[in-house]
Amino acid sequence: MTKMLGTRDVYGDVLIELGTGNKDIVVLDADLASSTRTAKFKKKFSDRFFNMGVSEQDMMGTAAGFASAGKIPFASTFAIFATGRAWEQVRQSICLPKMNVKIVATHGGITVGEDGASHHSTEDIALMRVLPNMTVIIPADGYEAGAAIKAAVKYRGPVFIRLSREKFPVLYPENCEFEIGKAKVHSIGEDATIISCGLMVHMSLEAAEELKKDGLNVGVINMSTIKPLDTDAVLNAARISGAIVTAEEHSIIGGLGGAVAEVLSENEPVPLKRVGINDKFGMSGSTVDLLKHYGLTKETVKEAVHHVIKMKGIRVRD
Amino acid sequence: MEADVEKLKKIARQIRIDILTMLVESGSGHTGGSLSATDILTVLYFYKMRYDPKNPKWEERDKFVLSKGHGAPALYAVLGRAGYFGLEHFHTLRKLGSILRGHPNSAVTPGVEVCTGSLGQGLSQANGLALAARLDNKPTRVYAVLGDGETDEGQVWEAAMSSAHYRIDNLCAILDNNGLQIDGTNKEVMNIEPVVEKWKSFGWHVIEINGHDIKAIVDALNEAEKIKGKPTMIIAHTVKGKGVSFMENKVEYHGVAPTRDEYERAMKELGAN
Ligand SMILES: Cc1ncc(C[n+]2csc(CCOP(=O)(O)OP(=O)(O)O)c2C)c(N)n1
Ligand SMILES: [Mg+2]
Repeated sequence: MTKMLGTRDVYGDVLIELGTGNKDIVVLDADLASSTRTAKFKKKFSDRFFNMGVSEQDMMGTAAGFASAGKIPFASTFAIFATGRAWEQVRQSICLPKMNVKIVATHGGITVGEDGASHHSTEDIALMRVLPNMTVIIPADGYEAGAAIKAAVKYRGPVFIRLSREKFPVLYPENCEFEIGKAKVHSIGEDATIISCGLMVHMSLEAAEELKKDGLNVGVINMSTIKPLDTDAVLNAARISGAIVTAEEHSIIGGLGGAVAEVLSENEPVPLKRVGINDKFGMSGSTVDLLKHYGLTKETVKEAVHHVIKMKGIRVRD
Repeated sequence: MEADVEKLKKIARQIRIDILTMLVESGSGHTGGSLSATDILTVLYFYKMRYDPKNPKWEERDKFVLSKGHGAPALYAVLGRAGYFGLEHFHTLRKLGSILRGHPNSAVTPGVEVCTGSLGQGLSQANGLALAARLDNKPTRVYAVLGDGETDEGQVWEAAMSSAHYRIDNLCAILDNNGLQIDGTNKEVMNIEPVVEKWKSFGWHVIEINGHDIKAIVDALNEAEKIKGKPTMIIAHTVKGKGVSFMENKVEYHGVAPTRDEYERAMKELGAN
């Protein structure tokens, strides 16, 4: 059986590792420390942990102040509150002055489940990607999450990392590398390539595997850094495959699909299909029910691949 | 109107049973904060508020805002018992396609006035509802229940200032002051005291009561209606998890549903048959 690992569980452990080696690391949370796992850091380094209460805007501003004074603040809460509620604080106090704040938000996407629309985060990639100076990362498994968090500390500037409530299947080795802005290219397909992030990466890998049975050669790229986007990887895949599918646990507007569409349409306009949430709010439900309802499954990805390959066939190229 | 305190107590007991039944079946949801708000919601819906469940959009109705939206099971229990929808919906809480979402959603649930769940936004919406009623010369009174942890949010205080500035006296807010939030007590996480002085200094008429004393809730709501020229805040001292001994004052019961075993024990304590 595939090993499952929670990206947020890894976060708690990595925070302790980082905090042990670096006294400048401080952690802020907004009354969700047990859920985001920053409570682990609090237990070990209570003097460097600050619970701000249910006040995400205040938390982001305080983190900016810490960063301005030379600290490396991690600010954590659920993704919708980090990016939505506190958006303008992130823009003004963190991104404009290029503050060294690491926003690590858990409960991204709709796999938040039963809490419903108010707690789902299906616009956060768009909200963070549009901000100048912001780096946006969505790890595809627990070990990549750990490596990404460490890489974020080595980089100086604002970083948003989206983690999940759900446990993900492990795809990478425990000591895997992470380079910000570099896609993990699993393969480039002769017929099409799927560019995905987060939870959708393992589904894309399974979809590509199953599509072999249909005689199709389909590649998969894990685009864990959405910004800065690895445009070389996108364009290379477009040139070789001639058809692209994107897959993400996010609105099809403004997220990974949007970023890839921007690059393709300006440089290498090949057929593209975006798999994601189709401009809707989430309902309450179990993770399994929600993923199925909103079409975030390997079946939907496979259908999208068939669709772009068909489009490729009817396109007139000279 | 004279309140039938004994009858209200009976209803409150039924509401607690409904909340726990909904939660044990859904397997997730917020137990502690639903139980702490139960007596307040019971008096509002079965004594004080004017509404017509057969005509949910009746223009003269009083309006309720559950600003601490995670207390949704308590709201659904009173709405169901008041007749806004069939009790069979209780069994669908938090399931795909249900009208009973994890947090209140006015687009799908009859009787729910606004969308809440992201904390701190309800009082602003209540201000808007109350100001609109005043503009339209409607007798509507607006009630809003806030969590104490929720008042960490800056927006609550922006709204509090507006309510006083615009002398919104058809608004009555109730603070479910159970002393707990998620990561611990208010005192540990973010001290909100001195809470009475804070609301007074923001220009509110403040009444302090035991939030589980039905008669006290009745009296406070009646007093609020008589206060002119300013909004009223009822600081209701409550116990999170109230009514089930092993859940009372336990921060662990904030965001979890009871297990089957806990449910059975709770039903015994509540005298359910
Ligand atoms: C903006 C926002 N931030 C965080 C949360 C997560 N959350 C849900 S309940 C809660 C604690 C609320 O405490 P309190 O208002 O005291 O509620 P009660 O004790 O009545 O359950 C938090 C932080 C949220 N729903 N909305
Ligand atoms: Mg509380």
